[in-house]
Amino acid sequence: MFKKILVANRGEIACRIMRTARAMGIKTVAVFSEADAEGKHVLEADEAVAIGPSPPSRSYLDIAAVVAAVKATGAEAVHPGFGFLSENATFAKALDDAGVVFIGPPTAAVAAMGDKVESKKLAKAAGINVIPGHIGIVKDGDEAVAIARSIGYPVMIKASAGGGGKGMRIARDDDECRDGFRGAANEARNSFGDDRLFLERFVDKPRHIEIQVLADAHGNTVHLGERECSIQRRHQKVIEEAPSPFLDAKTRAAMGAQAVTLARAVGYRSAGTVEFIVDGERNFYFLEMNTRLQVEHPVTELIMGLDLVELMIRIAAGEPLPFKQAQIKAKGWAVEARVYAEDPERGFLPSTGRLVRYRPPVGEGIRIDDGVYEGAEISSFYDPMIGKLCAHGATRAEAIGRLAEAIDGFVIRGLSHNLPFLGAVLRHPRFAAGDLDTLFIEQEFGRTFQGNQPSGAIEDVLLAVGAMVQARLARRESGRGEAFGSWVVRYEGRSADVDVELDGDRARVWSKGRDVVLDGPWTAGQTVFRGTYDGQPVVVQAERSDGTWRIVHGGAVIRAKVLSRRAAELLARMPPKAVADTSRFLLSPMPGLVVALHVADGDVVKVGQPLAVIDAMKMENVLRAERDGRIAKVRVPVGASLAVDQVILEFDDTP
Amino acid sequence: MKDVIRQLEEKRAAARLGGGQRRIEAQHKKGKLSARERLELLLDPGTFEEYDMFVEHRCNDFGMAAQAIPGDGVVTGWGTINGRTVFVFSQDFTVFGGSLSEPHAEKICKIMDQAMKVGAPVIGLNDSGGARIQEGVASLAGYAEVFQRNVLASGVVPQISLVMGPCAGGAVYSPAMTDFIFMVKDSSYMFVTGPDVVKTVTHEQVTQEDLGGATTHTARSGVADLAFDNDVEAMEEARRFFDFLPMNNREPPPVRPTDDPLDREEPSLDNLVPASPNKPYDMRELILKVVDEADFFELQRDYARNIIIGLGRFQGSTVGVVANQPMVLAGCLDIDASRKAARFVRFCDCFNIPILTFVDVPGFLPGTAQEYGGIIKHGAKLLFAFAEATVPKVTVITRKAYGGAYDVMSSKHLRGDVNYAWPSAEIAVMGPKGAVEIIFRAEMDDPAKIEARTEEYRRKFANPFVAGHRGFIDDVIMPSSTRRRVARSFAMLRSKKLENPWKKHDNIPL
Repeated sequence: MFKKILVANRGEIACRIMRTARAMGIKTVAVFSEADAEGKHVLEADEAVAIGPSPPSRSYLDIAAVVAAVKATGAEAVHPGFGFLSENATFAKALDDAGVVFIGPPTAAVAAMGDKVESKKLAKAAGINVIPGHIGIVKDGDEAVAIARSIGYPVMIKASAGGGGKGMRIARDDDECRDGFRGAANEARNSFGDDRLFLERFVDKPRHIEIQVLADAHGNTVHLGERECSIQRRHQKVIEEAPSPFLDAKTRAAMGAQAVTLARAVGYRSAGTVEFIVDGERNFYFLEMNTRLQVEHPVTELIMGLDLVELMIRIAAGEPLPFKQAQIKAKGWAVEARVYAEDPERGFLPSTGRLVRYRPPVGEGIRIDDGVYEGAEISSFYDPMIGKLCAHGATRAEAIGRLAEAIDGFVIRGLSHNLPFLGAVLRHPRFAAGDLDTLFIEQEFGRTFQGNQPSGAIEDVLLAVGAMVQARLARRESGRGEAFGSWVVRYEGRSADVDVELDGDRARVWSKGRDVVLDGPWTAGQTVFRGTYDGQPVVVQAERSDGTWRIVHGGAVIRAKVLSRRAAELLARMPPKAVADTSRFLLSPMPGLVVALHVADGDVVKVGQPLAVIDAMKMENVLRAERDGRIAKVRVPVGASLAVDQVILEFDDTP
Repeated sequence: MKDVIRQLEEKRAAARLGGGQRRIEAQHKKGKLSARERLELLLDPGTFEEYDMFVEHRCNDFGMAAQAIPGDGVVTGWGTINGRTVFVFSQDFTVFGGSLSEPHAEKICKIMDQAMKVGAPVIGLNDSGGARIQEGVASLAGYAEVFQRNVLASGVVPQISLVMGPCAGGAVYSPAMTDFIFMVKDSSYMFVTGPDVVKTVTHEQVTQEDLGGATTHTARSGVADLAFDNDVEAMEEARRFFDFLPMNNREPPPVRPTDDPLDREEPSLDNLVPASPNKPYDMRELILKVVDEADFFELQRDYARNIIIGLGRFQGSTVGVVANQPMVLAGCLDIDASRKAARFVRFCDCFNIPILTFVDVPGFLPGTAQEYGGIIKHGAKLLFAFAEATVPKVTVITRKAYGGAYDVMSSKHLRGDVNYAWPSAEIAVMGPKGAVEIIFRAEMDDPAKIEARTEEYRRKFANPFVAGHRGFIDDVIMPSSTRRRVARSFAMLRSKKLENPWKKHDNIPL
């Protein structure tokens, strides 16, 4: 076995790999960029090597720098994680040349599966189901139409070098096919510098289901069942689970067998994933093979009770697989949610900044794979994933319930994140029913997510907790033992009467004609309330700042004022105020020097986008757009010195 | 007897109605509550003891004799806020526009006198058109009587003003002399002379809101401490603020029971200060993570944002916090910040509220605007305030403590009781670069040499140890342990006794 391995990655996956290595008694080496000097993976490694500036192209993708780090530390093997250099044949070869083991598949397999067109040809030849379509490069729009007619509409036009939804078009007739071909070609050329396209039948109600395979160097190849990853947003997986709620034993066995066949056909070794697209009739078609560890591997680990990273390391060290296909048995259900630093209420824009509070949940069946800690910085250089939260349970419902509860108790402050959105997806009736497809998010939530209009049971819980916390504070502050109080919760333009009677940790709550017990301890300053509502376990976050409560539960976030009945009555006597006009101007918050302007007249900007950099007292302050809009006029040049409140630029208010 | 009781009921009913239902509704339409509705929300239910309900004006001129309303435009008395006594007056805009008559002023003076006798705070709700012009000089005399009492009460009992409507002319000076002014957005304004006079005299065109609205006074002039969205919020927050204050200058601050552990560690504070000395960080995060329950009542948050002031608690007991804010102007001291913090420090010292100071200050803001504006004397105010304060003083230097600003910010030399530094602290006359450019001016042409000198200076002074050697710093503490170290220091200092030499009063550079 290796004595020391280097992990050529960052963030949660680097931490996750090193956790296994440590458990195996293997020393670990981390590599890091400037932005990651205090990254969790650096702190957790036995050794760490700086490999360059923050942009990935100059650090984590710099093959020479990584190989130099390997040589400098004497690591015997390298685990690439996923992304970065994990599917880079040049990197694998460079390691090979240096006499270092690549913990992954042979270079030939990586290369064979790397090209979408070539991999399909290979799969078809091996007898794997592929989508009816044209394997090969399409020359022009006319040829595209001819092929489309032969395989039948709707068709999908895809870039050969594609990924992430770029260079992809759906066409339902000849005209759309011609237009789509042109558009996809342009996009592919711009995104990948390669405008080769191919065509295939478009699958309706598509599910993304993938098979995990494992192969050793001794001719043993097995599969570890499937993961369903149909919950995607713009081709980014958001929630994954194993097993799939859709597959029957027969389909599962057939898909597993094909995945193993393909792995054998390309001489695969290590862990890999064969992705399939599955239609409403459980027809499945090969999509691509990922020759690396997948992000969502934990769900397979949870139901199989295996450590895929350990198996990869053992396989790379030449050990045979310790089990045969027949010995592999799944136990229970596992669901994973990807926690991203992004703002679902603003079109899922990435969010960066300091994790002012970061308290991941703990609980039965809960696993968190993260690469951050409280006080860490989420930088704009890398993927905005904060971590992966997984739950394992005996049944699908139990796993989902545990995950939803864990999300409710997950405290992240300092930047925007998608926890409420994840909570809402998990509680969606279609999700609970397992009625999934890759269009789920777009169909059910659209392009943005508004979590502040709760209804039903979730609203009841939010109101009850809001009134309870206020009642407890009021009782403490008054210094008297008044147990009963009548409150009005005002939130997001709505209002509700809630009566509360406190009795130790219990609170009886009357609201909307119902009388329910909220039971659980809560004291001032406590962010997370854990207890029961009407006998059912609930986890709710409640925080007060300047008299306003922010209450979070079940995918809903509300800002609420909890008033006495009398205060609410008096408030209602006054006319509501008109919402203040947001200023059209970006003003300098301080006297200083304009060192950079990131926008020009007429530019369209998104909220959060940097507009200008002001140097004041030798510090650089980035001014960001506080709203979406168009820049009417930039009023100052770079180099100008600014007085406080001086206008830097003006937004255009005409719609 | 029965007849008297009936009369009493009638008079009470008339007083409660003030200027009548129609005017109360007009008040509501303007987004304002009536004088009594406000008191109802400010005080604990059922605790208001009203005085002088039957007072009426004594003016016979200009047809005033025919119109008298019991109470005469101000509701006065006392009640409790969370069980603690407070004296209140609430001007009634529905009665003669809340204008101040002689009896109106007498009512206010009466409760102020009683507040002084029993040692309880005074909260004034201002909503008045100004002097009762029909009364002439009698009304002006009334103002002056109130002013005099404001001054005598200053430093004896806390005084809070809520400006909830117009407050113009001489009327502004009563709030101006109280400890805190809170305003209500869109419905209150304060100015010495209104827009019409301004236009006549200086030809400036300005609206009431721009001249003296809540935004003007909280962000620009610094006259007001906070502004609230509406009357209800103003009353709720005034109650919350009141809970921090001691009753008078002889009593300790109140203690609120809390479950927040004294020894709560905050590991994330260990990397609050960025590696680069030129990168800002949010000082507010530190404050919120060390005070009890993250409950911090910040004052003047929109004014001189380069310094933070406000009230928090440790072990349930009120502490005033003063902190440089590196996010704004790098946290430097300027005229506005010095004045803002100086007044707050003196308030805390008046009322036995211990002071916690967080220091990250690169110095005083340079420039002609500052010098011409008198930064010398304004900066001296903060220095004076810290130096004269005898309450427990705990100081934590988080990063920069450069030059004279180091001395000012509650340093050991100004009788700081406990002075801590984080490992990231740099206590020096100035930053390494600036220092080297002066000391080694002769070597300026040689960048390599200068770089080496800078490094040398950084090694020597850009750390807490030089100050530590001399005992100017009592200990270097881990940021994560700040809450425990600070809370224990304040607990130890609870019995602190220190008195300044007898004097009639000091002569702070005003």
